[in-house]
Amino acid sequence: MPKLIKDGAIANDEWVLIESAEVEGALPSGNLIVPLALWAAQQEQLLARDEEVGVWLQSDESPDKIGDRLRELALVAINFPAFTDGRGFSYAQLLRSRLNFTGELRAIGDVGKDQMFFMQRCGFDSYLIADDKDTDQAIAALSSFTDTYQSAQDQPVPAFRRNA
Amino acid sequence: MYQYNEFDRQLVKERVDQFRDQTQRFLDGNLSEGEFLPLRLQNGLYIQRMAPLLRIAIPYGTLSATQLRTLADVSRKYDKGYGHISTRQNFQLNWPALEDVPDILAELAEVEMHAIQTSGSCIRSITADPFSGVATDEIEDARPYAEILRQWSTLHPEFAFLPRKFKIAVCGSENDRTAVHFHDIGVIMAKNEQGETGFEILVGGGLGRTPVIGTSIRKFLPKQHLLTYVEAILRIYNQLGRRDNKCKARIKILVRALGADTFAEMVEEEWQHLKDSPSTLTDNEISRVCAFFEEPDYNSKVNTSEPSQLTENKEFSRWYTNNTRSHKQPGYRSVVISLKGTGTPPGDVSDTQMELIADLAEKFSFSELRTSREQNLILPYVEKAQLFEIWQALGGSGMATANIGTINDITCCPGGDYCSLANAKSIPIAEEIQRIFEAPDTLDELGDIDLKVSGCMNACGHHHIGQIGILGVDKKGKEFYQVSLGGGVGDNAAVAKILGPSFSQAEVPGVIKQITDIYLDKKTPDEKFTDTLARIGVQPFKEKIYAKTH
Ligand code: HEM
Ligand code: SF4
Repeated sequence: MPKLIKDGAIANDEWVLIESAEVEGALPSGNLIVPLALWAAQQEQLLARDEEVGVWLQSDESPDKIGDRLRELALVAINFPAFTDGRGFSYAQLLRSRLNFTGELRAIGDVGKDQMFFMQRCGFDSYLIADDKDTDQAIAALSSFTDTYQSAQDQPVPAFRRNA
Repeated sequence: MYQYNEFDRQLVKERVDQFRDQTQRFLDGNLSEGEFLPLRLQNGLYIQRMAPLLRIAIPYGTLSATQLRTLADVSRKYDKGYGHISTRQNFQLNWPALEDVPDILAELAEVEMHAIQTSGSCIRSITADPFSGVATDEIEDARPYAEILRQWSTLHPEFAFLPRKFKIAVCGSENDRTAVHFHDIGVIMAKNEQGETGFEILVGGGLGRTPVIGTSIRKFLPKQHLLTYVEAILRIYNQLGRRDNKCKARIKILVRALGADTFAEMVEEEWQHLKDSPSTLTDNEISRVCAFFEEPDYNSKVNTSEPSQLTENKEFSRWYTNNTRSHKQPGYRSVVISLKGTGTPPGDVSDTQMELIADLAEKFSFSELRTSREQNLILPYVEKAQLFEIWQALGGSGMATANIGTINDITCCPGGDYCSLANAKSIPIAEEIQRIFEAPDTLDELGDIDLKVSGCMNACGHHHIGQIGILGVDKKGKEFYQVSLGGGVGDNAAVAKILGPSFSQAEVPGVIKQITDIYLDKKTPDEKFTDTLARIGVQPFKEKIYAKTH
């Protein structure tokens, strides 16, 4: 079972991840994170359910594609097929600063402690990490650096304006 | 030069801690080779043919005598007593042990140095004119803007995992000495009609297997918008740059695929969202950083006449002409220390040489030094009256070869002797060429010729932009060399044209000799090699060279 870190602590995962848009039969119950294609095809039905809906983006799917009803989503997840595929960092910044998404922003896929500091800065607040990874170390890595130069979601004011 | 404050110091220290942890996890088997690779690259560590290669940042090629002393120390303690100046103004150790790297970085941090983003698919350390602040053709000192970009790009959370490496150069002078057209982003200091200084922005230049000259996408960007505009470019590239094929992942391929105009429009649109955000530079910040690069305390009573020894000492006079440069400040020159003595790999410098250079910098150049794209070291602020003493001191250590700017000032990558990607050796080729032209009268006769050697098409030796370029190629498992002519930078930015079929190692020196013979034969009086080449083209060279050998 992958482990969830949310808001800097270990958390229970209250979401079910639907990996493929090709679902056979009815959708399972519970809060669902669905692929973009499924969201595009069944937006109405998904929003009509009693439980929450989230969408996960593949690394080549820009958050622009979620469309106007983004604000009705409680969660967006961004997949990192490999940690070196850094598109998700820009998507996160865009979701937070351009699309004003305020729900949970989750990193999924190849997520490790060496990326989490950057992810957090770009606006992620939850991380699904592989079962064999150490959660204490991962949580500690969120504070690898005391302060940083540039502006990002965690600190919109760059150091040069704060230290002036 | 820039001095760290508490903030910078803490960040670099925390990066050392982070890297120590990453290295330890790798050594303990908790990080796989594949996982460690991108992490160590982001901190300048390659694993090469013989040993790791550690690339230490010298941001925009400016360093202090103290820093050079530390490099000497580290080279002695952890390596074989020498290091290498790279074509991007950085410093490379060829033989450190992986386990030692965190300790090396900790020692470097003590003198405000690091290896952050000197390799890997991220924003690399920023380059600028090594004669910044002293050149007579300067529009404005590029270093404050290079430093501002350095801080902004350091551990930028959004751009740590780009499709590919990303190189930025800032050119602040009329004559480009940074190869600004061959960078992913080229920043050129420019003036608008009101006489204000800002930047022209080029994108999509690069060398490697597909050399491309950068395209201007903005003629004038007011200073305060530097970071937001560059951020807009990076954001587009990070999302759309190809990640399926390493050879097509540089921004140059994206710009080509979209068309420069479309790319420029996309940047403009993205920038509209970022423009005037808090990342916009303030006058305060610009003057804070500029203050670090103010003129040194020049001697107001300096003797402005030419050194008296020039008339009586031919060797000194030759060195003065070739290895020193004009200076903004009357009575001063900058000195290029030749790391191109025949028989030592171009750009290599030993621990004792570094210490000698540090002494000279302390004594004669306000304790400051520069590294150049041509892989030499520079003393930027020297009184003319001190030049003779410096020449003597350098000569005693093999660093006064009067060959700067000549065909023997060869730019050369480590090649097959060190690099596991090499098709062929490059250092021995450089040495054989130097042997042919070594005689001072020969070098005088040939004048300025820029010759560059790379051991494979990755082009670390910049062969594409050499007036003469030599590229190692693999021909059925044998080392061969392709020769090209006519590369250049700045207003003459051009990719060299390949002469024809490649040559064996034994043939190369003869071919280069033929090229110079043809030049001497065809030149008009006082015509430089590059001008003769521009006038007569590559054809006469082709005809003659291939007529003889084939
Ligand atoms: C020995 C270890 C090295 C390795 C494995 C290496 C690898 C590479 C590779 C793969 C490229 C092509 C990148 C691309 O086209 O995207 C490249 C380009 C380059 N490297 Fe190296 N390199 C090494 C050493 C050096 C050294 C010693 C220098 C400086 C002397 C250097 C400076 C450069 C430069 C300036 C480029 C061209 C940048 C461009 O394509 O725009 N590299 N290197
Ligand atoms: S050009 Fe090729 S051989 Fe030379 S250092 Fe670069 S990768 Fe190695």
